[in-house]
Amino acid sequence: MSELDSLYREVILDHYKNPRGHGVIADPDVEAEGQNPLCGDEVSIAIAFEGDTIEDVRFRGRGCAISQAATSMLMDMVKGRTAEEVAAMSRDDLLDEVGIPLSPVRLKCALLGLGVLKLALHKGRGTPLPDEWAGLEELELR
Amino acid sequence: MTSMAVTARRQLDARSLRADFPIFEHAIHGKPLAYLDSAASSQKPRQVLDAMSALYETSYANIHRGVYDLAERATDAYEGAREKARAFVNAESAREVVFTRNVTAALNLVAYGWGLDNLGPGDLVVATEMEHHSNFVPWQYIAERTGAEFEVVPVDGSGELRLEELDGIAGRGRVKVLACMLVSNSLGTVNPVERLVEWGHEQGAVVVVDAAQAVPHRPVDVQALGCDFLGFTGHKMCGPTGIGVLWGRAELLGNMSPFELGGHMIRKVTLERTTWNELPHKFEAGTGPIAEAVGLGAAIDYLEEVGLDAIERHERTLAEYALGRLGEIPGLRVLGPPAERRVGIVSFDLEGVHPHDVAQIVDAEGVAVRAGHHCNQPLMTRLGLAATTRASFYLYTLPEEIDRLVEGLHRARKLFA
Repeated sequence: MSELDSLYREVILDHYKNPRGHGVIADPDVEAEGQNPLCGDEVSIAIAFEGDTIEDVRFRGRGCAISQAATSMLMDMVKGRTAEEVAAMSRDDLLDEVGIPLSPVRLKCALLGLGVLKLALHKGRGTPLPDEWAGLEELELR
Repeated sequence: MTSMAVTARRQLDARSLRADFPIFEHAIHGKPLAYLDSAASSQKPRQVLDAMSALYETSYANIHRGVYDLAERATDAYEGAREKARAFVNAESAREVVFTRNVTAALNLVAYGWGLDNLGPGDLVVATEMEHHSNFVPWQYIAERTGAEFEVVPVDGSGELRLEELDGIAGRGRVKVLACMLVSNSLGTVNPVERLVEWGHEQGAVVVVDAAQAVPHRPVDVQALGCDFLGFTGHKMCGPTGIGVLWGRAELLGNMSPFELGGHMIRKVTLERTTWNELPHKFEAGTGPIAEAVGLGAAIDYLEEVGLDAIERHERTLAEYALGRLGEIPGLRVLGPPAERRVGIVSFDLEGVHPHDVAQIVDAEGVAVRAGHHCNQPLMTRLGLAATTRASFYLYTLPEEIDRLVEGLHRARKLFA
């Protein structure tokens, strides 16, 4: 398999073209958004909680295939889990699922959705954030 | 043999010029490099690299204050490069040629050095909406610092400057600065700068021209343009990074405050006060970019040897070819003007494929293009795009490299279909 075929493997293109958990929640408990100014990727995520459980989570966004597909995969991974569990997810948990080799620039694309989700959980349930994100209203990956 | 009445126009032979550029000896992903990102930075010919090495190996010392032979040779090399830069843009005097780090530093020098002392409430600072951030952000910031108003010359949906708005802008205050780019880095448009200069001067403004994308690609004559300041950079014109040029009218530079302060830029320092060195040294604090200036000088020699007219024609031919080939691709929208008003820069949007994905897919074929906002966020906003893919050409670009880009774009479409 060529490098390109492994990067744009079928599952990535499928999530890009048919994103899971895409759309809006009518009355969300919390929303957050973020962007990757370098390439203009944008993601916003809305969550509805049942107690501390993520009952529904949906995203909207535009950007490259990697950013949008990774966020789509993330929606599948976190629905039904608790805010605390998801806040503790490592980037490798997502990157293993994404499963493609990423250069440093594309890594930011892949991690945008996870960052926005953690910001939303922080806003909604006070879960911890990386120190460097403290006080952020929206996420900007640099 | 009979002599010809007219000298034949010089043509450049890109294929043979490529032999001067060592980078093309190296494969990318096992494929020959098709470098279509010269608007971001050009590749370097052996002649430039050799000139820099030769300086370090034979003539290197710090400049200007040494009394020994080596220091004199280094100083001559540095000041020799300044003279080459002067002649290259037809400045009246080398006193008007300030070495800076790059165009950004040149434009910041003007914004701080001229702007802080000459702008205030009631004044208008005007930039075009298509300015690179380097000729936009410093002016927006200095306007805010001084209480002046900041206005833009708007761009229409096809990326053209709306010159019909100029009179309206003039009615809103005293226009003191007009910041404009000679050639758009995103769209490749050659802007009607003479017209803008004329308007700016009618308002009593100083006209500050970003010529980063013009000077490497076509003849530029600061006296013919009539502007007041003009910046260009070495690394986009076959020279090294770390060296740029600010040209400014001597009477303006002479009356300006210094920007950076320290060594070399002084005439006399006492406990009470300091007086400034003469032009251009007043604006060159600290040890200058010595080898980089020599590299820039070698780059200027190289470009003059090839011929700026020949480079301009070569790139226009490539731009025409690229517009034709890209036009074959369904769902692809080319931005910017027809080829006769461009340099070798072509930005486009491929429907359904993000520019980052486009750039990554063609990279697998060894084709290097840039994806992003190109430091042009206000322009991108106007065009309704977050980013574009940009292919840009130079004297070493071959038509078959554009063919390889087109093949890659077809591949991207198929992948994302």
